[in-house]
Amino acid sequence: MWGLEPSHWTVLIVGALVATSCALLGVFLVLRKVAMLGDAISHAVLPGIAIAFLISGDRAPLLMIFGAAAVGVLTVFLVGILNRTRRLKEDASIGVVFPALFSIGVILVSYFAGKIDLDPDCIIFGEILLSHLDRIVIGGVDIGPKAYYVCGPILALNILLIGTLYKELKVTSFDPALAASLGISPTLIHYLLMSQVSITVVGSFESVGAILVVAMLVVPPAAAYLFTHRLWTMILLSVGFGILSSTIGFFIGWWKNCSMAGSMAAAAGGVFVLAFLFAPQQGLFARIWVRKNLRTRFRSQLILLHLQDEVAVQLEILRKRFGWSQRRLDNAIQRLVRQGLVERIDQGVKLTSSGLAQLEASGTESLSHRVE
Amino acid sequence: MYLAISYTFQNVLLGTTLLGVVGGVLGCFALLRKQSLLGDALAHASLPGVCLAFLWMGTKDTYSFLIGAIFTGVLGSLFVLGVVRGTRIKEDSAIGIVLSVFFGVGVVLLTWIEKNHQSGNQSGLSHILYGQAATLMERDVWIFVIAGVIILGTIFLFYKELKLLCFDREYGKSLGYPMAALEILVTCLLVITVVIGLQTVGVILIIASLITPAACARQWTDRFSWMLLLAGLIGGLSSVAGTFVSEQFHRIPTGPTIVLVSSSVLIISILFAPQRGILWSWLQSASFRRRIREENLLKDIYGWVEKRNDWSRWPSLSNLMGVRGQSGIKIKKIARPLEHGGLLLVTEKAMKLTEKGLEEAERIVRKHRIWELYLARRLDLPPDHVHRDAEAMEHALSDEALAEFEELLGYPKFDPHGQPIPARRGSSSKAESKATGGV
Repeated sequence: MWGLEPSHWTVLIVGALVATSCALLGVFLVLRKVAMLGDAISHAVLPGIAIAFLISGDRAPLLMIFGAAAVGVLTVFLVGILNRTRRLKEDASIGVVFPALFSIGVILVSYFAGKIDLDPDCIIFGEILLSHLDRIVIGGVDIGPKAYYVCGPILALNILLIGTLYKELKVTSFDPALAASLGISPTLIHYLLMSQVSITVVGSFESVGAILVVAMLVVPPAAAYLFTHRLWTMILLSVGFGILSSTIGFFIGWWKNCSMAGSMAAAAGGVFVLAFLFAPQQGLFARIWVRKNLRTRFRSQLILLHLQDEVAVQLEILRKRFGWSQRRLDNAIQRLVRQGLVERIDQGVKLTSSGLAQLEASGTESLSHRVE
Repeated sequence: MYLAISYTFQNVLLGTTLLGVVGGVLGCFALLRKQSLLGDALAHASLPGVCLAFLWMGTKDTYSFLIGAIFTGVLGSLFVLGVVRGTRIKEDSAIGIVLSVFFGVGVVLLTWIEKNHQSGNQSGLSHILYGQAATLMERDVWIFVIAGVIILGTIFLFYKELKLLCFDREYGKSLGYPMAALEILVTCLLVITVVIGLQTVGVILIIASLITPAACARQWTDRFSWMLLLAGLIGGLSSVAGTFVSEQFHRIPTGPTIVLVSSSVLIISILFAPQRGILWSWLQSASFRRRIREENLLKDIYGWVEKRNDWSRWPSLSNLMGVRGQSGIKIKKIARPLEHGGLLLVTEKAMKLTEKGLEEAERIVRKHRIWELYLARRLDLPPDHVHRDAEAMEHALSDEALAEFEELLGYPKFDPHGQPIPARRGSSSKAESKATGGV
């Protein structure tokens, strides 16, 4: 279809599934300021996978997901304990726990190298292109890539979690104290969310790799956060950004023949940079524009105040008095002219009748107050 | 035990130890500035830099790697700064973005290099992820030495300024120090350390060498200079120990072993460090609780006698058991150190306060009643509400604070319940005369 091979469609679909799963949970990670816990979990689950491997001697997906999710929750638990001793700050606790767990994982993998057919490379990078080849066959009938049957249910679980606990998640994210007083345990919700993050991270591993999971957990929600402060809108936007990133990333990877997971993460970065620059209120340009606009408004008010004593004034005098550049003065005058408060006369400006009315109506007091 | 200090092993040992020392010292700055995870982001952000440097120079050369990594590392940290300052996004998300996106770009470049440059270079780059301490050459070690000297030398030179950066950035700014430039300097030093670490322990474990030793050192001291020294020492020794252990077991990689050694040191530090350690504070609170029990016993004996107003009759063990519902065994246990200290005389029939014990009991009762009076008079609490509070406060109130409260209340004689406040003995004659003079 459309010049894409079936394997490409698999990649696109798996990418979208993972992006959606991650974006849904990531919104809450970003809002709760625990984005780095997602990163920590994604590295720390290695020993869980390795131990599951040792037990089953096989890549049994359910056992691996279970083992890894257990270690993921253990990570969150250990970080919490270290934090509660008040001997370490939260970021340091995270930075201490996950390398230690990851080390245990690496040691397990290399010590039992013969028994664990696990390539840590694959866990970090993933190879989404291969997800098409790893298929589930039941009774000789090929029912599709295995990734569908891992990522699909995980997405369903995430939707279920957010659907049923939306209110609880919302209130614990924004006001844990209120949540506690309403009888919702912030700790319980935290662990529920984090175990779901662990499951998502692990389930997405084989197909897309840790790095893409972390990117999808943090980047699209952060970009969405720049556009809105409404939770629902943020969730929808971040899902949209996630799918957009994975799709763009796929085409870049296809075109340049490089790691799809990497290019999806890079594309997410591109989406974020665009949001960072162009978001309507939080964006860089919007902020520059607002600041400039404020300055011009402030200047035009100064001119208006000046005019209340003299009615008409030479531009040169204004420029000297305030020490502004020609351009700044012009901008301020232009604004006043556009509003019909002053009119241009030869070499200067004059207060119009509506300008005078404005000055009197708003009261010089309020204006001079602003000038101070 | 067979320990061959072979040529390769010597290089590995030197390399990892240097990394441990430098990472430990530098990690203190990150830890104190609550930017521990910035190291994580920088470690990941250096990957595209290394790849770009390779594409540019075409060789696997530590110097060009270093320059490339510094470039993207500083870029990444500036990005974090810009996002945090300019938007509502918090630092953790900003770090997460830099980490994953830069690394994603790095992976793209890496796979692109692998596919387009066939000249056996892939070996050099993919080790960046996990590091390959075993492949360290003498040349690498020399580069490490140079980098280590540069880093430690810079810290030594700018010690005062960097200290300001950690503890009071605004004050440093007001003194006219270029704090922003110093921040970038620290970032550059971090990136250099990260690049050293890339080849020995890899991208993910480098963060441990930046955080764990510093976190250990923080537990043992409150002084910055000591913390730097200790962190360097712990980092270096963990590396030595880890390298030796992994040499003993051939299939255990060096980097993770070092991380596990330093993590164990951290657990020990958190549990056993003096002042801050968990054991220490547990012991302290245990000794405080013991003191409370002892003081309460003295007070109870005093109160029993005072109530009967007969200073020749002392309470028996069973009398005292009635006061707080404590068991006789428990009271005996509490009384033993008091007896040894000469405060208490325990006989078959009675527990008698010695002169010294009486003085101590009066001191406690004074605290209790003065505090009660203060609450009743100054804070307008009803007299029947003040006892419980005073019960806790009498053990914590210092003698100096007590004197001030006394003065504040005009050297009172009775508490809100009308019970006499025991007079101060010895040195307090002045206060007493003052009090009587006032009446």
